[in-house]
Amino acid sequence: MNKRRVVVTGMGIISPVGNTLKQAWDNIVNGNSGIAPITHFDTSDFTAKIAGEIKNFDVKDYLSPKESKKMDPFIHYAMAAGQDAMNDSGLEVTAENAERIGVYVGAGIGGILGIQNTTETWLEKGPRRISPFFIPSTIINMASGHLSIKYGLKGPNLAMVSACSSATHSIGMAYRSIVYGDADVMLCGGAEYASTPIAIGGFSQSKALSTRNEDPAGASRPWDMERDGFVLGDGAGVMVIEEYEHAVKRGARIYAELSGFGMSSDAHHMTSPSPGGEGAARCMVNAINDSGFNSDEFNYVNAHGTSTPQGDKGESDAVKVAFGDHARQMAVSSTKSMTGHLLGAAGGIEAIFSVMAINDQILPPTINLSNPDPECDLDYVPNTARDAQVDVVMSNSFGFGGTNGSLVFNHLKARS
Amino acid sequence: MSDVENKVKEIVIEQLDLDVEVSELNNSSSFVDDLGADSLDTVELVMALEEEFECEIPEEDAEKITTVQQAIDYVTENA
Repeated sequence: MNKRRVVVTGMGIISPVGNTLKQAWDNIVNGNSGIAPITHFDTSDFTAKIAGEIKNFDVKDYLSPKESKKMDPFIHYAMAAGQDAMNDSGLEVTAENAERIGVYVGAGIGGILGIQNTTETWLEKGPRRISPFFIPSTIINMASGHLSIKYGLKGPNLAMVSACSSATHSIGMAYRSIVYGDADVMLCGGAEYASTPIAIGGFSQSKALSTRNEDPAGASRPWDMERDGFVLGDGAGVMVIEEYEHAVKRGARIYAELSGFGMSSDAHHMTSPSPGGEGAARCMVNAINDSGFNSDEFNYVNAHGTSTPQGDKGESDAVKVAFGDHARQMAVSSTKSMTGHLLGAAGGIEAIFSVMAINDQILPPTINLSNPDPECDLDYVPNTARDAQVDVVMSNSFGFGGTNGSLVFNHLKARS
Repeated sequence: MSDVENKVKEIVIEQLDLDVEVSELNNSSSFVDDLGADSLDTVELVMALEEEFECEIPEEDAEKITTVQQAIDYVTENA
């Protein structure tokens, strides 16, 4: 039996570079950074003072005050991106199809703002002042839960939690659910809001964050000699994916095919990648094999590329292992150079950028790559986007705990 | 309208995000049946009353506060 094919038919994004698909993608193609000084709290005592916050977002555009006050901001972003993705897809939910539509929207940390604030309330005022909405407003799967309630989606409902690969795993498992036959359509991706004092403080203490505070737009610089850690970003990336015949039958616009998913574990260390990117390489190979494409058919990898000294080198090495000599014939770029690292939402917005690269036949750049690390010697599309044939693309995400995920997207015509 | 009644109604409107003026809110309205509250909303509503009127409403009493008038009566008698 042939594998059921899965296509992307809707996309929604809330990101540091824009809150609409058009605005975000325009900024990515033009190499504009969304990183700026943190405004949510006083950073005087913090070593990292910059982030990719969401700007010009009014939750009232998406939710009533009664709804929004019962959700942490990561759920606001998920609801907004989910709503935009649903609208973009033109999908109508009916009594007939509702049970065949599911939601997998993950997060890495979830409601850490609510956890912090509620802890303060408990310490100051005691347990009787803890809100009854505290738990349901902060738990990670409530993004998927609220989206299913809003649209009446009665199929599978999960949230992958795998740190910075949460969204990639959510999209990958959603794809699997369609291939396997559990659903015909899935709303999937990730959301995060972690630019809070304890999260910024926690990542800072683990020496993960850039402290290039005087140059926010230049702070996220994957593969550059001066890279010094990632810059945290907020937002959500959600897509509607569906079985190919289902999409054709309803006359949906098809952006691209989602044809492969791979996973692996480093089984090595809590936060450091395995030597030579061995775990990441196995993940990419699994995705390549699942897609049915040969490794030399790939044009582009949207890298995890967080701008950490170890991670960027490890991924670069891993690409060479997974793709062999072809690694030097294709492009590898990091859109995190502009968005920062959205943790559990990163794979969501980067899947969207991967699809847009295919759709517009453009390779998005890695900005701030002025002095490339000699140990990182692939074509990272430095500083300027490039028109190119972009038919088969991989999107990578790697998370703390050594958990890896890779997705493969392709132009429909690439599958002949 | 007494100060207590006015304040209780303000809190109910704010907590349940109702699109009505204080003067339009019926005293006989039930939080759940008429004003769209769920069980979690009513817990938070009671918390807001406790906060505003600086009192502690025991759980067995809180369960009996199901209408606007019952809230006004409880606060008048106990706060």
